[in-house]
Amino acid sequence: MSEKYKTVAYYPGCALEGTGHGYNRSTKAVGKKLGLNLVEVPNWNCCGAMEVKNIDPEIQNYLSARNLGIVAEKMNVDTVMAPCNGCYHNLKKVEHDIAKKPKTQEVVDRLSQKAGHATYQAGQVETIHALDWIKDAIGEDGIRARIKNSLKGLKVANYYGCMYTRPRNIFPEKDQGPGSESTYKPHYMDDLLAAAGAEIVDYPLKTACCGGAHTLADSDTSTKLVLNLLQTAEVCGADIIATECPTCHSGLEMHQVRAETEHGIKTNVKMLYFTQLLGLALGISGRKLGLQENVSDARGLLKEKGLL
Amino acid sequence: MIGVNGMRTMAELEARLLTRDAALTPVALADELLDLCEQILCHWLSHKQVVPTEAKVEGFRLLALHRQGCKGEPSFNACRESCRELAYYYNLLHLEPEHPQITSRMAMARAVAMHLCLFVGGKFEVPELGDDCCSSQALRAGAA
Repeated sequence: MSEKYKTVAYYPGCALEGTGHGYNRSTKAVGKKLGLNLVEVPNWNCCGAMEVKNIDPEIQNYLSARNLGIVAEKMNVDTVMAPCNGCYHNLKKVEHDIAKKPKTQEVVDRLSQKAGHATYQAGQVETIHALDWIKDAIGEDGIRARIKNSLKGLKVANYYGCMYTRPRNIFPEKDQGPGSESTYKPHYMDDLLAAAGAEIVDYPLKTACCGGAHTLADSDTSTKLVLNLLQTAEVCGADIIATECPTCHSGLEMHQVRAETEHGIKTNVKMLYFTQLLGLALGISGRKLGLQENVSDARGLLKEKGLL
Repeated sequence: MIGVNGMRTMAELEARLLTRDAALTPVALADELLDLCEQILCHWLSHKQVVPTEAKVEGFRLLALHRQGCKGEPSFNACRESCRELAYYYNLLHLEPEHPQITSRMAMARAVAMHLCLFVGGKFEVPELGDDCCSSQALRAGAA
């Protein structure tokens, strides 16, 4: 095991305390099983998500900077891990904006002073995703060595969504050649789940749009996009779509139901967080991984495959 | 959406993509999908009052059209990978038409083309599609 990322600050964000609770449970359970330490950021606040950004992007930057500032000032670690693509994206964005846009640093300084806490400076904290965390701290060999219940026989399509790789300029560590993550064809989730024994299908819509922010305001557009994601996964032969973002996950689940109820089009592919799949392979019980909390209930399929 | 310069309308393009023409060879399918997707991007550019380019990027007009579509509209990068995937499948279908997985590859190419169609169609309905996530910009930025 690499010492890098063995202990990281954990920023769960709001979705992991709500609709993505199964992701929260499984991330913590997998970390514990792998001997990795997650220390939750004390008194964390909203990352600004899209709601604040749409009112004032600089206020959203301040909110994300405050979280990074807590890690820099009050925690004895230099890395924060965010499993949610939206949180991860916003933390990376403020890091980029502070470094490149003087106005952002001015706003962050002014509001931090007003709120009575230290300001955040670019480069004090590294933000990583849950995929980076496990890939770099444990790696594929580390996963293979710890497998108790191989995912062999399970066909998985990996869906990364958009905010893990776009816009490319806020992820300078990606697209850096062999071994680094790709923004065009991300592969970290593929690598980890393949190491756990899963059969990864070639899925051409890994980062394709799901309607995202418009999932409620314009449901028909989102339902059409999601339905194509689901049907394509089935054409690829996937039993499961693995996700690494609570918003993507909820969107796929919700519009799978909506496609059936509103348009009469049923799809059978199931959605699971990649941490739930890794957890099963590591021998963690389905209950501890929060499988019962997913709208898309994969437990029957997993039983058929001998994984539960 | 009305057809532009003799192109099929967006509805016609979507309908064509939904058609499963079993008689098409892999090469013919690749050619048709590329043509349909170029037309889709031309619709977007015409809507933005931009004259679609005839230039090519990496050998594909589709990629040049996509690059054109992103100018001043970074959220259009949400379909960058779909365009690149289509170019990838175009090459696969042309280079290995007898490949044992050709049926699957043809289905994947269709799925990618359909996603491009749905995304661009979605942008006509909701211009902010992709703003928050893919370009990290505020929705309704003008109003902020």
